[in-house]
Amino acid sequence: MTGLELNPAWTLLLGAALVPLLRGRWRSAWVVALPLVGMAQLWLLPAGEFGRLAFLSSEVLIMRVDRWSSLFALVFLIAALISSIYSLHARDSLQPAAGLAYAGSAIGAVFAGDLLTLFLFWELTAVTSVFLVWARGSARAYRAGMRYVLVQLLSGMLLLFGALQQLAATGSLRFEHIGLDGPGGPLIFLAFGIKCAFPLLHNWLQDSYPEATEVGTVFLSAFTTKLAVYALARGFAGTGELIWIGAVMTAFPIFYAVIENDLRRVLAYSLNNQLGFMVVGIGIGTELALNGTAAHAFTHIIYKALLFMSMGAVLYRVGTINGSELGGLYKSMPWTTAFCIVGAASISGFPLFSGFVSKSMIVSAAGGEALLLTYLVLLFASAGVFHHSGIKIPYFAFFAHDSGKRCEEAPANMLVAMAIAAALCIGLGVYPAPLYALLPYPVDYVAYTGSHVLTQLQLLAFSALAFAVLMRTGIYPPERRLVNLDTDWIYRRLVPGALGVLAAGWARSAGFLIQVMTAGGRRARAAFDRAAGVDGLFARPWTTRVMAFYVALFLLAFLLLSYR
Amino acid sequence: MRQGERRYWLDRKENVDKVYWGVWVLCGLLLLVEPLVHKHAEFAFEDWFGFHGIYGLVACVALVLAAKALRVVLKRPEDYYDRP
Repeated sequence: MTGLELNPAWTLLLGAALVPLLRGRWRSAWVVALPLVGMAQLWLLPAGEFGRLAFLSSEVLIMRVDRWSSLFALVFLIAALISSIYSLHARDSLQPAAGLAYAGSAIGAVFAGDLLTLFLFWELTAVTSVFLVWARGSARAYRAGMRYVLVQLLSGMLLLFGALQQLAATGSLRFEHIGLDGPGGPLIFLAFGIKCAFPLLHNWLQDSYPEATEVGTVFLSAFTTKLAVYALARGFAGTGELIWIGAVMTAFPIFYAVIENDLRRVLAYSLNNQLGFMVVGIGIGTELALNGTAAHAFTHIIYKALLFMSMGAVLYRVGTINGSELGGLYKSMPWTTAFCIVGAASISGFPLFSGFVSKSMIVSAAGGEALLLTYLVLLFASAGVFHHSGIKIPYFAFFAHDSGKRCEEAPANMLVAMAIAAALCIGLGVYPAPLYALLPYPVDYVAYTGSHVLTQLQLLAFSALAFAVLMRTGIYPPERRLVNLDTDWIYRRLVPGALGVLAAGWARSAGFLIQVMTAGGRRARAAFDRAAGVDGLFARPWTTRVMAFYVALFLLAFLLLSYR
Repeated sequence: MRQGERRYWLDRKENVDKVYWGVWVLCGLLLLVEPLVHKHAEFAFEDWFGFHGIYGLVACVALVLAAKALRVVLKRPEDYYDRP
């Protein structure tokens, strides 16, 4: 027993490879059993460092088991279990196989004790997860997947270069606190920032997640970005720049979320906003703030999966997820509606739901450090997230104007997956002690004080009032079949357009260049023919004296060149 | 709703009105109980009466109005990226 074999990553990665060989009930049992086996392994896994191997002049450390990595591995396994159950109705084996391999890669990455191992799993999460986008089967999804995987691989390359810089400077590949001043720090920061969807680096997320299958988006929502949060917390805790980066992240996506029509894209924007809270916590870097980040990542993965599952169920049954075409679905899908509302209450941070017990830690930490502006932005973002995720999502999908669409309730496996997630949301909200006990640092924090509960309820109730009044007066912007420009416009329109202009210019100038060069080429050829032809310079017999002179000349040149 | 289908509680307009005014009542109640709760605020201005409520209201109205203005600039037809 070295501990190395207890890494749940192997179980998920190897187990996923066998999924396509199984059929029917056997496959269903297998995909549900794999995360459960992983949880048992995690339970047996002692804290410590396992798998130390010599590599080049340094060493790699496959597994570092401590409170940070165990917490993230646990919530990744929970997400893998919920997503696997949610995928059981799918006929193809690609989605559960890719999803479980993706989950395994993410778990491998959180256990990685050195930057090289981290890099390998980092890239593996990219190449396994892109199949969840491609599984949609449309040309649009194919292109979105290509854009997604290119951005992810770019992040990996930056991480590798940063790791090599650290190796060159310190002789060690170990993944400890890096900081922006550390060797390789800026590159690694950028690599983590891309995966964490920092402002202006964010748009791969909103671009790709809504294009995946209903199952794929649930898997995707859990791992990539939270892996980046974990990596940032490990490498850049207390980096002051993260406070304002995170604050911007909490605020600007909610403006997009208000006017976005694709409800899964609305959720992608609110995912970005929630990541902002975690990033602020990392930037503050106190024990309370880092505990808040860890706790918020834990609760967020579960309620975000729940929200994506409910919208996935709507997409699966109705065939569209555009707010402009939905409404009144509570009549057809009452259970899905109820589960969606639990997720919405959790992300909004309603007391007794999971978001409340984690988000309030980060907001309190910002207040405790007297960060006035950050505190006000976080309050604004808390109100805003309730506004677009808490109200808009359930309202436009299930209530609002009755679209006349009638469908079946979601399949049983989806309902079971949503029920588990909803139970966890309420359970952690009502009784947060087990979660607090798992956090990286000792918790001396009480979420349920009269003051917290009242101020949060006031914030939320008046946000609801704003929505109700704006809706009733018709000021609220209606859902329309539109797309909104975001930074992906730069690489989907601006750069291709500019390249088109350049290419046209090149084609014109190239014609001219070719003419010039062919004319020049003809002249050179003629000169060569003259020199090498009969009686040409090279065809003439040269005397020994001339040859000796040239050899001496070359030797002299050689001597001068090698003289230092 | 469709013909011959069961009539739901929310299908009646007066019930929707009840929900709407219920939100107003809830907000009023939350202000009423405020003097009963000891607030341990991080900043002094948080002790102002109803600060969080007013902040939430203003924040959300500002958010929606700003987003509405933003849409004018950012909106494109649905098939914008699918065009050659």
